[in-house]
Amino acid sequence: MDWEALRLSLALGAWTVGILMPIGIFVGRWLAWSHFRGKGLVEALLALPLVLPPTVLGYYLLVSMGTRSPFGQAFEAAFGHGLVFTFEGLVLASILVNLPFAIQPMQRAFEAIPVEVREAGACSGLSSWRMLIRIELPLAWSGILTAIVLSFTHTLGEFGVVLMVGGSIPGETKTIAIAIYDRVQAFDTESAGMMAALLLALSFVTIGTSYALSNRKRQG
Amino acid sequence: MKRFLSSLAALFLVLALPGLARAQENAPVIAAASDLQFALSELAEQFTKETGKTVKLSFGSSGNFFNQIKEGAPFEMYLSADESYVFDLTKEGLTQGEGALYAVGRIVLIVPPGSTLKADGSLKDLASALKAGTIKKFAIANPEHAPYGRAARAALKTAGLWDMLEDKLVLGENVSQAAQFATSGSTQGGIIAYSLALSPKLLALGKFDLIPAEWHDPLRQRMALTKKAGETAKMFYAYVQSPAARAVFKKYGFVLPGEK
Repeated sequence: MDWEALRLSLALGAWTVGILMPIGIFVGRWLAWSHFRGKGLVEALLALPLVLPPTVLGYYLLVSMGTRSPFGQAFEAAFGHGLVFTFEGLVLASILVNLPFAIQPMQRAFEAIPVEVREAGACSGLSSWRMLIRIELPLAWSGILTAIVLSFTHTLGEFGVVLMVGGSIPGETKTIAIAIYDRVQAFDTESAGMMAALLLALSFVTIGTSYALSNRKRQG
Repeated sequence: MKRFLSSLAALFLVLALPGLARAQENAPVIAAASDLQFALSELAEQFTKETGKTVKLSFGSSGNFFNQIKEGAPFEMYLSADESYVFDLTKEGLTQGEGALYAVGRIVLIVPPGSTLKADGSLKDLASALKAGTIKKFAIANPEHAPYGRAARAALKTAGLWDMLEDKLVLGENVSQAAQFATSGSTQGGIIAYSLALSPKLLALGKFDLIPAEWHDPLRQRMALTKKAGETAKMFYAYVQSPAARAVFKKYGFVLPGEK
């Protein structure tokens, strides 16, 4: 059992969710209520990671974040180290990969809020900030929870992108999914089996919890 | 619900913190060819026992590590299964000197229990099995970027079997994965590193026989410290050339530099 890899995966999941939630809330809300030319294009772009093979995405990330890319060089100049094969690089990649998992459930949740409710709030003189906190977020929270659970569990399981931009460095980029692959290659089926079972249980529990919570919300 | 959300937020904070604190430990990360999977793990353990220092090992195909080091991967030492990769990195100014030859590898034909194929290093049985049509799948490492895959291809070409076998090949991303495929029972066999076949884990999984060393270019395995190497990596580099390390390499079937 590779606890370091598990810790790393959990940390990666937490960073991804932490950064993606505010992004998801604002982008999801914007997409839910605005109409503009090219909205379909924006939605398609944000949904792209759902259908793109992770290796394709990983390849583009490797090329665009690598030490020979302008972005990679700018990052290195600013922080003293490159972006590929580092934890920060994985966080960035993971955010991009999880965009649809965070935004789509939130967008659906915001779309489900009746426009009259918001109008009533506006008539009562709520500022848009207070409207978000007091009315919109509580009404959309099951969507937000789904987004959190989906992007977190999806991060735990992400393999292809991490393999391309991570480089399987213990304690830095070797996540649990990579560790399982690594253990299989070392003919260590016992560890691989244990980690796979743990990942399965963890995924089942998180997704089960989110279903249970959203069902309760619907009934209650 | 508020309590639930705030405890969720607290949980994420706790999870995220280790990501911040990670840079404290400074055990060097060492990129090593997959054929070293067992030998180098044993060496690293001995090294830790003797010096109290730890190294982190990352195993994969030499060609992939070569590309990753060029892209700026933070490896402090690189043990390649093919010395030309090390020479190329040296030319690009990414290593400290030309490094050192640490071992010469050999390849074996390995067959899983119950295979119709005989473990015969002269590949004569493979030739007749191919003619008889009993070979459905055969595993080697990817010759594009794995030195052991190249050696396997060369040996099969020498034996005149490459053309017949080419469309039956399953390619491992590295030689360790090829060994996984070869012993899985879903293939009739494969060509893998002698050092892997000799490990206790694989001894139970198949029979093997050495392929003549003249059938392929020698697998001259070279290592080098990268420009990022620190003190521990330098100590480990010296350790890999020590008599204790040579004994381990020998145990795993490697021919040592300066020996026959």
